[in-house]
Amino acid sequence: MSEPILSIRHMVKRFGGLVAVNDVSLDINPGEVVALLGDNGAGKSTLIKCVSGVHLPDEGEIRFEGRPVSFPKPIDARSAGIETIYQDLALANNLDVPANIFLGREAKNRYLGGLVKTLNDKWMLGQAEQSLAALDIRFPSLTQPIESLSGGQRQAVAIARAIYWKARLMIMDEPTNNLGVPEQQKVLELIRRLRDQGVPVILITHTMPDVFAVADRIIVMHRGRKVTEKRTGETNASELVQYMVGALDDTRTSA
Amino acid sequence: MTDSKAMAGFDEPALSAGKRAILLISRLWAWVFLALMIVFFVVAVGVFSSATFLSVRNSQNILVAIVPVLLLGLGQTFVIIAAGIDLSVGWVMSLASVLSAHAIRAAFNAGVPLFLSVVLGFVAGVGGAALVGLVNGLIIAKLKVPAFIVTLGTSFIVRGMSLLFSENTTVIGLPEGIRDYGNESLFYWVRGEGGGFYILDKPEVSGELLRSMDRILAWPVVITAVVVLVCLFLLKRTQFGRHTYAIGGNMQAALRTGIPVDRHIIKLYMLSASTAGVAGVLSTLRFTAGSAVIGDPLLLSSIAAVIIGGVSLFGGAGSIIGTVIGALIIAVLTTGLVMLNVPAFWQFIVVGAVVIIAVLIDQSRDLILGRRGRGT
Repeated sequence: MSEPILSIRHMVKRFGGLVAVNDVSLDINPGEVVALLGDNGAGKSTLIKCVSGVHLPDEGEIRFEGRPVSFPKPIDARSAGIETIYQDLALANNLDVPANIFLGREAKNRYLGGLVKTLNDKWMLGQAEQSLAALDIRFPSLTQPIESLSGGQRQAVAIARAIYWKARLMIMDEPTNNLGVPEQQKVLELIRRLRDQGVPVILITHTMPDVFAVADRIIVMHRGRKVTEKRTGETNASELVQYMVGALDDTRTSA
Repeated sequence: MTDSKAMAGFDEPALSAGKRAILLISRLWAWVFLALMIVFFVVAVGVFSSATFLSVRNSQNILVAIVPVLLLGLGQTFVIIAAGIDLSVGWVMSLASVLSAHAIRAAFNAGVPLFLSVVLGFVAGVGGAALVGLVNGLIIAKLKVPAFIVTLGTSFIVRGMSLLFSENTTVIGLPEGIRDYGNESLFYWVRGEGGGFYILDKPEVSGELLRSMDRILAWPVVITAVVVLVCLFLLKRTQFGRHTYAIGGNMQAALRTGIPVDRHIIKLYMLSASTAGVAGVLSTLRFTAGSAVIGDPLLLSSIAAVIIGGVSLFGGAGSIIGTVIGALIIAVLTTGLVMLNVPAFWQFIVVGAVVIIAVLIDQSRDLILGRRGRGT
């Protein structure tokens, strides 16, 4: 097996007396979708926030593409190539698709030796079209404010943005939440497409059908600890639920 | 999964054609309203009085009248699009008027040529205003105090400073020559026998002819037009404008995509104060005096113009052209009612009604879009 893209060893994160993440180790390999399962408060969000630079872990090591890394701020994780798409998508609904893809990193024309800079909207539109086409995403119009788009369409914009900026690891927080069934299918299809292009995805979810639809591997957390890790073919929904509620625990039986 | 290409297509239009049509109307209503109002006043003034509403003189009067309201509104447009508010611009305008009057008087009395004295007046007035904007922006961005409260506070402080610096409300003793900068114009048109059209060259006329001379595009109007063009460019064509919309549309998204939000907010309040500063200096030139009370009554009119022009107080939406139309609507309304001899208090009642109707139209647009609130 090739070297993992992301490797976490013995990570611990405490909030006061609460141990939110307790000695968790895991690997993410190139081109795989890993589902991170767990009940509310299981510690999956905290774990992810430690990887995406929102929290600094108290103990343990994160290696990204073979090198030990530390992300004091979210921007540090993003510039390293780790993109996190939260449920709110971080899109400006009043702006169009290219403006959102290039938000904060706009392309500019320079005039008078760089004294006057204007937005290069034409170029950004072309790039947006290409990046959406590469993911096989088609919209009726890219130049309308995205508030007129559906939830799934906006999810697609957020994914396209991450890919455009060369994300080498995608973390997605409940991407199918609040979506209709057809839209859920489209977003899952996009996740498969990311994997096919070699971008690994960590999928935070508690929607069981999503897990079996796209995940190659499943990690279940319970009360801050990783209680099991299974290949999708080796398990089933009812077994996973038992892990999620704490009825099963691999660390306990092996110890 | 069967057909992956079909799966990822999001082709179905999200809005029906009917809703799109309603949206278009709600975007254009201010233009339609302005046009209908002008038609109404042309007819009504023609019928009920001997004057003509769309005469050269009257249209120029309207343009001169909107200068201060529009200038206050231009900077405010940026601030409100970014979901802020600047309540200090009225008194900032007054402060700029007072500061520029002092600067012009001191410079001229020290032997500086008139034109350079006026330039120094702009530097002092707009610079002083921008300094207030800097303080506003710093407190709002760095100390996270709501803009409403910060600018309310600074407006009182600036009010006190204006009165303090103005030696009892008015700074007088300015060189008479500055009148020309505030009142003369790009073009002149003299009607009747011996008249004509003059460019940049004020005709030597007297008596009856002087009364039939119209000034077309007075300097304050020209300067305001330049400021409008600069604002238009900034908002539509530059990264600064794009980030202004982004911050108003979704502050969290702006922060997470690495937009320097704090620095941007500081710039916005400096811009807002600066356009108010230009208004203050222009009023000094127009009246040959600095006034510490000139800007106060204009604050609410300027916010009304911005809102009528379609800028959402929730942030994220609006345009410079909208604000220009908003200011025009207020000026046309006021002038028209005056020409119809309608008592002045009716102007306030009508303007107030128009503001509320504008917001209702804005909200109906949100309702059609089924908007989930702009923050998501």
